[in-house]
Amino acid sequence: MSEQITNILLVGVGGQGILLASEILSETFMLAGFDVKKSEIHGMSQRGGSVVSHVRYGKEVFSPIVPEGEGDILFGFELMETSRYLSLLKPEGAVIVNDLRIPPPSVLMGQVAYPDGLADQIRNRFPDFLLVDGQKLATEAGNPRAANTVLLGAVSKRLDVAEEFWIKALEKMVPAKALEINRKAFIMGRAL
Amino acid sequence: MKEILSGNEAIARGAYEAGCRVACAYPGTPSTEILENVVNYNEINSSWAPNEKVALEVAIGASFGGGRALCTMKHVGVNVAADPLFTLSYTGVNAGLVLVVADDPEMHSSQNEQDSRNYAKFAKVPMLEPSNSQECKAFTRLAFELSEQYDTPVLLRSTTRISHSKSIVQLEEPVTGLPEPRLIRNASKLVMLPGNARVRHPLVEERISKLSKDGATMAINRLEMRDSAIGIITSGVCYQYVREVLPTASILKLGMVHPLPHDLIREFAAKVKALYVVEELDPFIEEQIKAMGISVIGKQIMSICGELTPERIQKAFASIGVATAPAVAQPEESPAKLPPRPPNMCPGCPHRGVFYTLNQLKAYVTGDIGCYTLGFMPPLSAMDTCVCMGASVGMATGVTKVVSSEEQKKVVGVIGDSTFLHTGINGLMDMVYNQSPATLIILDNSITAMTGRQDNPASGYTLMDDPSHRIDLPLLCKAVGVKHIRVINPFDLEETRRILQEEMNRPEPSVIITDKPCVLIKREGVFEKGIVLEVSEDTCTGCRACLKIGCPAIEWRPEGEGSKKGKAYIDPFLCTGCDVCSQLCKFNAIRRSK
Repeated sequence: MSEQITNILLVGVGGQGILLASEILSETFMLAGFDVKKSEIHGMSQRGGSVVSHVRYGKEVFSPIVPEGEGDILFGFELMETSRYLSLLKPEGAVIVNDLRIPPPSVLMGQVAYPDGLADQIRNRFPDFLLVDGQKLATEAGNPRAANTVLLGAVSKRLDVAEEFWIKALEKMVPAKALEINRKAFIMGRAL
Repeated sequence: MKEILSGNEAIARGAYEAGCRVACAYPGTPSTEILENVVNYNEINSSWAPNEKVALEVAIGASFGGGRALCTMKHVGVNVAADPLFTLSYTGVNAGLVLVVADDPEMHSSQNEQDSRNYAKFAKVPMLEPSNSQECKAFTRLAFELSEQYDTPVLLRSTTRISHSKSIVQLEEPVTGLPEPRLIRNASKLVMLPGNARVRHPLVEERISKLSKDGATMAINRLEMRDSAIGIITSGVCYQYVREVLPTASILKLGMVHPLPHDLIREFAAKVKALYVVEELDPFIEEQIKAMGISVIGKQIMSICGELTPERIQKAFASIGVATAPAVAQPEESPAKLPPRPPNMCPGCPHRGVFYTLNQLKAYVTGDIGCYTLGFMPPLSAMDTCVCMGASVGMATGVTKVVSSEEQKKVVGVIGDSTFLHTGINGLMDMVYNQSPATLIILDNSITAMTGRQDNPASGYTLMDDPSHRIDLPLLCKAVGVKHIRVINPFDLEETRRILQEEMNRPEPSVIITDKPCVLIKREGVFEKGIVLEVSEDTCTGCRACLKIGCPAIEWRPEGEGSKKGKAYIDPFLCTGCDVCSQLCKFNAIRRSK
């Protein structure tokens, strides 16, 4: 399949801000002069269900969805959802995940436990693994709600797109009053 | 100027650039965002209609009055709008009329995966199908032009993957110089009595033949000759998948999927060694090509069920030796072992206590389409049927016609405010008229919630955010003839149970209306978070009673790893203070926080 396409998957729980993060990624790639497509499923997933967003960029992108096993980067907003979608990645793919556990209904109800040791399991299978304490770093940047932007900074470091385009996209997509904190959070993530 | 737009945003932009005057819709995934974006163009009068039939009728009126009109809906919405659509095909238009229908292959958010292309053939109207956002915009503009040129409504088909994918779009200026709308009288064309309709029908047949012939030279139907060993006829998002999976194949890309350009298909078939059709859902193109006497492979290697994906197409072509098999991913950790994460009602959702009570009362619940369909999920598990918009009411009546008088008491229909006004109201007329003993609950949360909070005739606002009359639901039910109408607070479990039991026992039609708003409504003064609840660790016995409502804000915390003992915990950020859980606690362990 297309070799010059970079495939990024954003996974997590409905309501975590996955759509906004994927918009910022797409905007950045367009500003940097690439063709870009992104795709996700709305609807039922908004009610706290599992969410996957696909973002692809390169010279010319056809399919808006990433073929299974072709993902370059898995950008995880939550640990269990990251584990769920590992098969979308290439064997040499990178995993960048927020160190966050959101219990699904069966765990909330005490029927099963939230799986243990997920981070280690992911690391064993994908050595290019980065676990980020997004909330902690975002709090340092000025607001724990900027955790996604810290992660975005970490993802940006692995992509061959100049910093100016990322900042421009943030300026366009993030509300003015939250921009400074998000810029700071992004730079912190990029330094990881 | 370039922008990244979703297919839906691009269709809205296309309507704006085409000088569209009126846009009307009923929300439905994956079509909803089209009107939510159209409303940002002040030149277009945009509105939510109570249902898809009304939405299309409004668009028809606008077109007859000489203004270009857009109507949008999800695939099943066309079932509701089919009545005006089929006769609109006969009348034709005055100004361009485009009906966008968004299909949902794989049923990501739908109850069936019907293929709307069949409607184009059935109603004898042309259908365009874009394959990315740029084409969504361009095809929408073109659809308005074709509509006027051929005097026909034009269907524009999208699918979830087109509507909800984003790609780069080149923006253009809107067209100018369109005729001003005015009253145009032309009764022999617009009054479809038998005498007039008999004159119109042959024109419809001529129109479709002409479109098929003209399709051969339309730029949106495009031959892409590469390796002549494989020729693929495709359209929509499947075109993109084919380019990805079979980059060397020759392609006939159809921008108009009905009527098919027969001459172009013959030309393409003659140029390639083997001919295939790659299409999602029904063998719509394939069967017509076979009827032309041309041999073609399609559904023999690709499923009719579900959406196609690059892998599924690659596997299909690998199965006949035309492509290499996709690299099989070897999941070391089976995802099946991970607990699933299904969607759930929000914390503080006013539906939760009602479904808990229905479960407790062992009601037989005829359900409907909305967030409350999630009442089917455990632990609430209180829904027995769900078919289509508005069906809860008729089904409740129907069930009571056949079961014993004792079982009749268990039958409860459940419907939301928006769905009730969509098509439920007709069912209620029947329930009263024919004296069904069933009970109907209208879950009035003041919004169309499932599709992302759209206003409706009972919410008090329009799509353009103007305050409007708010239908008085109890008064409406009274006008229909319901004698027993109870308005309840669904957060009061004791009251909910008592009134439900009373009305279920009553051998007459009755309506119960809940009146608490959706927690997601952002409009000021509608929903306000109450005082958050907390669990007293000293008093909590770990009985798990509060877990029976499946609230995402309540978590069971075991004492230690693998321990059966534990206590409940309430997440203060998620809790809205609805207070339903505290009513389940016999030990008074859940209290308002200080």
